[in-house]
Amino acid sequence: MQSFSWLTSIILVPLVGAVVLMLLPAAKTELAKRLALFFSAVPLLMVIAMALQFDADSTAEFQFVESYSWIPTFGISYQVGVDGISLILIALSVILVPLVILAAWNDADDAIGSVKGYFALFLVLETFMIGVFAATDVFLFYVFFEAMLIPVYFLIGRYGGPGRQYAAVKFLIYSLVGGLLMLVALIGLYVASANELGEGTFDFTTLTNLNMDPGTQKLLFLGFFIAFAIKAPLFPFHTWLPDAASASTPGTAVLLVGVLDKVGTFGMLKLCLPIFPAASAFYAPVIIALSVIGIVYGALLAVGQTDLKRLIAYTSISHFGFIGLGIFAMTTQAQSGSTLYMLTHGFSTGALFLIVGFLMTRRGSSLVKDYGGVYRVAPVLAGLFLIAGLSSLALPGMASFISEFLVLVGSFEKYTVAAVIATTGIVFAALYILLMYQRTMTGPVIDSCKKLPDIRGREAVAVIPMLVLLVAIGFYPKPVLDVINPAVDRVMVQVGATDPPPTVQPASESNAEGSEATGEGGAGQ
Amino acid sequence: MTTEHYVVLSAILFSIGVFGVLIRRNAIVVFMSVELMLNAANLAFVAFARQHGNLTGQTIAFFVMVVAAAEVVVGLAILVTIYRTRRSASVDEPNLLKY
Amino acid sequence: MNLTNSLTSFLGSATIEASNVDPTVNLPVAASGVFSFMWLLLALPVLGSALLLLLGKRADKWGPIFAVLMVCGAFVVGLFLYFAMLAESANDRPVNLHMWDWILVGNFEAPIGMQLDQLSMVFVLLITGVGGLIHIYSLGYMKDDPDKRKFFGYLNLFIAAMLLLVTADSYLLLYVGWEGVGLASYLLVGFWQYKPAAAVAAKKAFVMNRVGDVGLSIAIMLMFVTFGSVTFTGVFDAAPGASESTMTWIGFALLLAACGKSAQLPLQAWLLDAMEGPTPVSALIHAATMVTAGVYLIVRSGPIFDAAPAARDAVMVVGAATLIFGAIIGAAKDGIKDVLAGSTMSQVGYMILAAGLGPVGYVFAIFHLLTHGMFKANLFLGAGSIMHSMHDQLNMRRFGALRKVMFFTFLTFSSGWLAIMGVPPFSAFYSKDKIIEASFSVNFWGGLAALVGAGITSFYMTRLWTMTFTGKARWTEDNQHPHESPKVMLFPMAVLGLASLAAGFLLAGAIETWLAPVTGFEEGHLPISSLAMESISLTFVLVGGAIAYLQYRRGVPITPPQHVSALTVAARDELYGDAFNEAVFMRPGQWLTRSLVFVDSKAIDGIVNGTSAAVGGLSGRLRRIQTGFARSYALSMLAGAVLLIVALILVRM
Repeated sequence: MQSFSWLTSIILVPLVGAVVLMLLPAAKTELAKRLALFFSAVPLLMVIAMALQFDADSTAEFQFVESYSWIPTFGISYQVGVDGISLILIALSVILVPLVILAAWNDADDAIGSVKGYFALFLVLETFMIGVFAATDVFLFYVFFEAMLIPVYFLIGRYGGPGRQYAAVKFLIYSLVGGLLMLVALIGLYVASANELGEGTFDFTTLTNLNMDPGTQKLLFLGFFIAFAIKAPLFPFHTWLPDAASASTPGTAVLLVGVLDKVGTFGMLKLCLPIFPAASAFYAPVIIALSVIGIVYGALLAVGQTDLKRLIAYTSISHFGFIGLGIFAMTTQAQSGSTLYMLTHGFSTGALFLIVGFLMTRRGSSLVKDYGGVYRVAPVLAGLFLIAGLSSLALPGMASFISEFLVLVGSFEKYTVAAVIATTGIVFAALYILLMYQRTMTGPVIDSCKKLPDIRGREAVAVIPMLVLLVAIGFYPKPVLDVINPAVDRVMVQVGATDPPPTVQPASESNAEGSEATGEGGAGQ
Repeated sequence: MTTEHYVVLSAILFSIGVFGVLIRRNAIVVFMSVELMLNAANLAFVAFARQHGNLTGQTIAFFVMVVAAAEVVVGLAILVTIYRTRRSASVDEPNLLKY
Repeated sequence: MNLTNSLTSFLGSATIEASNVDPTVNLPVAASGVFSFMWLLLALPVLGSALLLLLGKRADKWGPIFAVLMVCGAFVVGLFLYFAMLAESANDRPVNLHMWDWILVGNFEAPIGMQLDQLSMVFVLLITGVGGLIHIYSLGYMKDDPDKRKFFGYLNLFIAAMLLLVTADSYLLLYVGWEGVGLASYLLVGFWQYKPAAAVAAKKAFVMNRVGDVGLSIAIMLMFVTFGSVTFTGVFDAAPGASESTMTWIGFALLLAACGKSAQLPLQAWLLDAMEGPTPVSALIHAATMVTAGVYLIVRSGPIFDAAPAARDAVMVVGAATLIFGAIIGAAKDGIKDVLAGSTMSQVGYMILAAGLGPVGYVFAIFHLLTHGMFKANLFLGAGSIMHSMHDQLNMRRFGALRKVMFFTFLTFSSGWLAIMGVPPFSAFYSKDKIIEASFSVNFWGGLAALVGAGITSFYMTRLWTMTFTGKARWTEDNQHPHESPKVMLFPMAVLGLASLAAGFLLAGAIETWLAPVTGFEEGHLPISSLAMESISLTFVLVGGAIAYLQYRRGVPITPPQHVSALTVAARDELYGDAFNEAVFMRPGQWLTRSLVFVDSKAIDGIVNGTSAAVGGLSGRLRRIQTGFARSYALSMLAGAVLLIVALILVRM
């Protein structure tokens, strides 16, 4: 097919980087950081090169496919490929990792773990993240899905702040519970495919064409869905996230909330819906209810937080509610919106976490009450914080507005009440962001903030690209939407859903439509 | 004498061994009971080997002997050490490895 | 570059005959000629704000001037477009400029495009004209502010967003401008962020606006679900086919949006707090332009409200209630900007009332919006001039006799004062009286509210004028030295003063013909003659003014009197708007938030941690089995082996 194994190379480069980093002497911290940056920049360039060759209108479900037999006894193969949705998420991962490494330059200097270990863990995590999005073999997906836990566990447990042990264990156990349920469902899926085809398989495309009976689907769906709902996290499986986000370093929090959690929503969209269409339709109302509760609940809790990192974590729970709502509303707009939301949320929340991290390195605290009047002493930092916040509250003109609005309008088509309740979320979003900004950045400068330095060059380079992307996509989302749309259309076909047509036809077209309809009727007779 | 007799004898020896292990406190006696059980098994192996006319059972009996010898070496060494520190060979005394 | 081309089409189009197109469906034509440059309207202020805000301190020196030039440039572009439009026949005037595809998902299409018709044109000129003047004024007003560059950057951002709002060709793009002006308002109200009051007011304004934005979001979603389109042409084209209930829902949602942005009941509370911003901001955003966006939205959505009588009646009720509400607040406040803010609320109430009358009132809503934009900006700039010279003193009880020291301000202010009262031939005489007449022709109570409102307006404005300019000086020379403002501030005041005088007279009659193709226009019919109506309302105005003058000409005590009527107490407290919000939303909200934080950590996380504690406790019990006695282990092994053998035997049998 193609001469170069793009995806495998992209997956392997960070892993090679991690090995190289670990071989360095522990004292060479500066070299380790530079190498980490280099090894995370290479996949970025490669993904850009790959994306340029990506054909959005291709009829093939996956592009850049590579397939090697792995465990033939069980029909398991190493099989990777990308469609629009996974390409977007891979792009998100490879963009965020170098920025995070840049922003987290000095995070690990005083940690109990080694500096090179910190950055090596980031690179390992990057490998697994790309792998999980690229896998088109469900078993391979599962392997990457579980493997991601390992670097994150160490990133939180060894390099985090107070309460890191508790948070790391909580994260691990939560994820393992979900992972085990998924493993059971995975085996069940294999057996179901073996029953139907005579020979079991984990190949994604084959699995989407199965005709499982609805009862089996419902059970297997739950196994996958709960795993993804924990990962995402959807209400009420969310309590690990605030603990994990507040105990980890800002860099880890960015990757955790920005990319890792997207694996959950990605799984819902790309695995649950196509493989279990009947079960998805069956559970959709429940999941939509949970999502809407999550939107309002997460937002209200965000308003009540006193710790900046916990606050942002709760805003993410609200945002994941939007993504969940969009995925299970099963309209083109909602699902495209959700996919775009995964991207924009990664950037806006990433920027927020990083800026809070910058504040923490200056002031040593993430509590709201320890800040006040920062705008006066660090105007650029405060300004960037405000822009990131505005993106988080989905201000029109930002990319997050497009995603949020698409989710809302798409959900409104089928679940009007849910969409209306979700819309009230935009008021709470304004409240939690602006309240946070008001309390930390405005007002008289409090004593402990008087000497806060403004943003430095390296920090600005880490944050500004995200904000620029958010604004650029906000006004010209076409390149991104063009990639997403065909993939979402395919999901819609696989799940057997269609968009409801508008209830009223335009006056100028209604005549034409009417005559067409009668014409067809006549032909039928 | 049929194979059955040997097997019954083996079972009796094994049971004696089991009871010895469970009832006696002296480590040396427990050890001997363990040996008794192993040899009961050996007896059964050899008996069946003869009945089936192949050598597998006999081979395994040799293996068991070797393992038993090794076990005695290690076990007696531990026993001697325990005796030196505690001045007793009771198996109920060293019960710190719990909870 | 394309000048010859555009010029020929400009001249050529003038000769086109007016075609008889039904005004409700005159679709915009693709922009050509001069109109293909209308993107400059947006590009100039965007460029200004981008350069000023992104270049940082490097733009400190030339930034403010540059911002002024950008807005004036936009005004010139607006003028060119206006004359080009004037040359077209009435039904060919709307033009559409498609810029690029914005959102395209499934059958959801939202382009980025500009639509310029007679209605937008009026707004473009108002925004860039008044905006330009206020920019110039700010050069003087903000002269010594260290963050002057940022101020002008935000002002340019506001102009860009406001122009986007009125020239968008779809509701979704309008929404971008809608929240864009909200953002600019947030930044400018909170411009002096080191004052906690300013920061709080800015946040309050944004959040309350967002409540309205929920309405706009829902309206857009309903439109898409109903019509499959969010563009103006798409929606209005299909509007006749929709059921009345759907239209009513859309209408109510749009009304909610308008209430938020235009500070109408019940979302009025943010406007008075927004006066924390610098005075030019109050003049531009919270008087002349942004707060009137709600009126624009309702008039623009005329075809929807035409099909939804219930929603239209609600618009009228909201407008009538707010115009009285705001006027009462204005009559009791002592801060000069607070009075003007109450007045703005009330005057926008007039416009909303007019917009709720349907085609009878649409043009008058816009007419009053125009005149109000001029005289209210004039009044605010006058107030700013006074504050500027008196160390930001706002309390009118500390003013008095300023006529002598600030004669020029006194002149322009008086022009605004006469204009807002509706004294002929000043501008509001033409616009407000038309609204009163039109209201009476539709609904007696609406008309009565407008009439009484005119009386109260006259009362509070005369009170303000008397307390400020006449009587004895209640300021002290030791810390306040009132003096006339610099020329750069006086010039805009002079222009607006003249406009307050002449705008009504010049536009009356012409505005109906100009707007009718877009908004439609019907003459309202009154049982009495127009002249009689005018005399009645003039009587109300004179009586209101006379009461205030007689009451306040001898001066007022410096501390507000405590023994006053219950209504005055209530009005001083903004008729308990804040108290209501606090009791109904804020306190329960805070309680809810606090209890949810508790629930989350104790109940939901409690279940999780409880499970882990239960597992821990169970293992604590289980480990007791490990006694450490070797022989008991041996016994359990034996038991296990026996069990296994028994099980095997049982299975074999």
